[in-house]
Amino acid sequence: MTPAEQIDTAHALDIEGVVCRFGALVAVSDISIAIPPGERHAVLGANGAGKTTLFNMISGDITPSAGRIALFGEDITSLPPQRRVLKGLRRTYQKSLVFDGLSVRENLFLAERGVRGRRFSVLAAARNEQENAKTEALAERISLMAKLDSPAGELSHGEQRQLELGMALAGNPRVLLLDEPAAGLSLSERRQLLGMLETLPKTITLVIIEHDLDIALQAADRVTVMHNGRMLAAGTPEEISANQTVHDIYMGKNVN
Amino acid sequence: MTRRTLLWCAAGMGLIAYPLLVNNFWLVQIGGRTLGFGTIALSLVFLVAYGGMLSLAQMTVAGVAGYAVAYFTAPVAGVGLLLPWPLALLIALALATLAGLLIGLLAVRTLGIYTLMITLAIAMAFYFLTLQNYAIFNGYTGFSNVQPPVVAGVDFSRALPFYYLSLAIAAACYGAVRHITRTPFGLALQGVRDNPRRLRSLGYDVARVRVVAFAIAGLLAGLGGILNLWLNGSISPASVGINPVIDVLMAAVLGGFLHPIGAYVGALVFTVVDNFAINFIARERFNTLIGLVFLAVVLFSPDGITGLLRRGRIWLEEKVARLNRRRGRNAGSSSPMQSRQET
Ligand SMILES: Nc1ncnc2c1ncn2[C@@H]1O[C@H](COP(=O)(O)OP(=O)(O)O)[C@@H](O)[C@H]1O
Ligand SMILES: [Mg+2]
Repeated sequence: MTPAEQIDTAHALDIEGVVCRFGALVAVSDISIAIPPGERHAVLGANGAGKTTLFNMISGDITPSAGRIALFGEDITSLPPQRRVLKGLRRTYQKSLVFDGLSVRENLFLAERGVRGRRFSVLAAARNEQENAKTEALAERISLMAKLDSPAGELSHGEQRQLELGMALAGNPRVLLLDEPAAGLSLSERRQLLGMLETLPKTITLVIIEHDLDIALQAADRVTVMHNGRMLAAGTPEEISANQTVHDIYMGKNVN
Repeated sequence: MTRRTLLWCAAGMGLIAYPLLVNNFWLVQIGGRTLGFGTIALSLVFLVAYGGMLSLAQMTVAGVAGYAVAYFTAPVAGVGLLLPWPLALLIALALATLAGLLIGLLAVRTLGIYTLMITLAIAMAFYFLTLQNYAIFNGYTGFSNVQPPVVAGVDFSRALPFYYLSLAIAAACYGAVRHITRTPFGLALQGVRDNPRRLRSLGYDVARVRVVAFAIAGLLAGLGGILNLWLNGSISPASVGINPVIDVLMAAVLGGFLHPIGAYVGALVFTVVDNFAINFIARERFNTLIGLVFLAVVLFSPDGITGLLRRGRIWLEEKVARLNRRRGRNAGSSSPMQSRQET
């Protein structure tokens, strides 16, 4: 690695001038964010601002049209999604993506096994005491113990959000991307979720897309605000609350 | 759970006792054929039910194994090479697995109807290869007079040993599929079926999971193909042509993709119609008849005969539950009367 390629290893996530074009539409235009380890970082913006697209580029679901992304100093811009996961990156999706035909236990098992290896074993059954203990510990964290053997497709919306989070917590995540984890949750479910996020150790760097300005400002150390694919503002929650443009555009959009 | 175990025990005992009840025609032409052909269909049901992938090349893979066994155990005028049968079987199964793997490599980048088209193209390419190649496939004639081996004094070309051999292989394949679905790989495969994008974001190489599934399906189809070869005693381009290729799909759809047992149920129905249609309609009308049966099943039960059976069972259970509830209510209403009488 030449010195020019060396990226400051102090950062958990380094996003440098990424661009994403869908044909003529520029969904994300020249975004740069550097996130130090342990930070709680919120990404704000109205619908269509490009937040999910930004996550898709970080997780590798979409290859950026330009720019580069580094995870703990290592360039991951062209790494396939599954390889990024093995390096400690995890994500949840705005619309829950769970395995409908499998039980909660099997969903969590796949997540555990995915990051731990021996994913292709066909000799031993997936269910044994050792494995069960692991998946049950995970289910405990997301309060889904009672639903362990229900098919994921039959869970309520809120429970699917919990499972979505549980799958991202498997193994030892180093950087966790949460795409609107509270979307569609009731007030009490939101409170439970926020409480759960607060218990996450600082060894996990957290990036949250949140539609609700209050929640985002309350939970985050630093905030990035996106608008029409561009970076509108960045700073501490205090700076963002005081930013008039953010209020005009973001709140204005929300009211419409 | 116990009722299910009981059912399986009964089915197993029935299959073992089957030779006592029937003549050799039913034993080999219906029983043996269903088990061998059903195992080829099982390889397709495995791909569809657990991986969400359709393939029209499973009969082709079965043909690869069949041709290999014929080539190495029954050489004809200048084509083939006589090997000890265990080695021949090993090579045949390895080739079938490899064929499955290669087909998988080509097919996994595509989805749905495109997978169907590409696997059909592969099947047709193989058919024309066998037809035109004389050095390996002996062209139009193919191989005939292929006999299963005699092992420790047991001649597997005889009806009873052949039936039990078919039963053992089919049971092993069926058991293997049931087992695989509960292993980490099997769960990952079902993850691919339900949500490939999510599986990728859990650290899995989705394409590799799919290719491995195709290789496993190749091995299963290869086993079925060898049974098929021994039953027919011969193999030729007609064994891997468009008709047998479609037959596998038909048997699988007839049986249904809800459960791997559907493969054998479908194969049984197909084999019975195939054998007895000739008694009441002309041979060339067979395709019309099986086509109509196929249409009827797809129309009235899109998830095949197993789907029909499952719905029947649920209906029956609800009926029984309702009956029990009514009986319970009657008992409940009669008890106060009794207590009154007692006082
Ligand atoms: N796969 C895609 N193909 C084409 N356009 C897309 C795609 N994904 C997102 N977009 C467009 O990109 C813009 C940003 O979308 P998105 O990142 O989902 O916004 P957000 O998550 O901030 O609501 C939207 O205009 C959306 O329609
Ligand atoms: Mg979004």
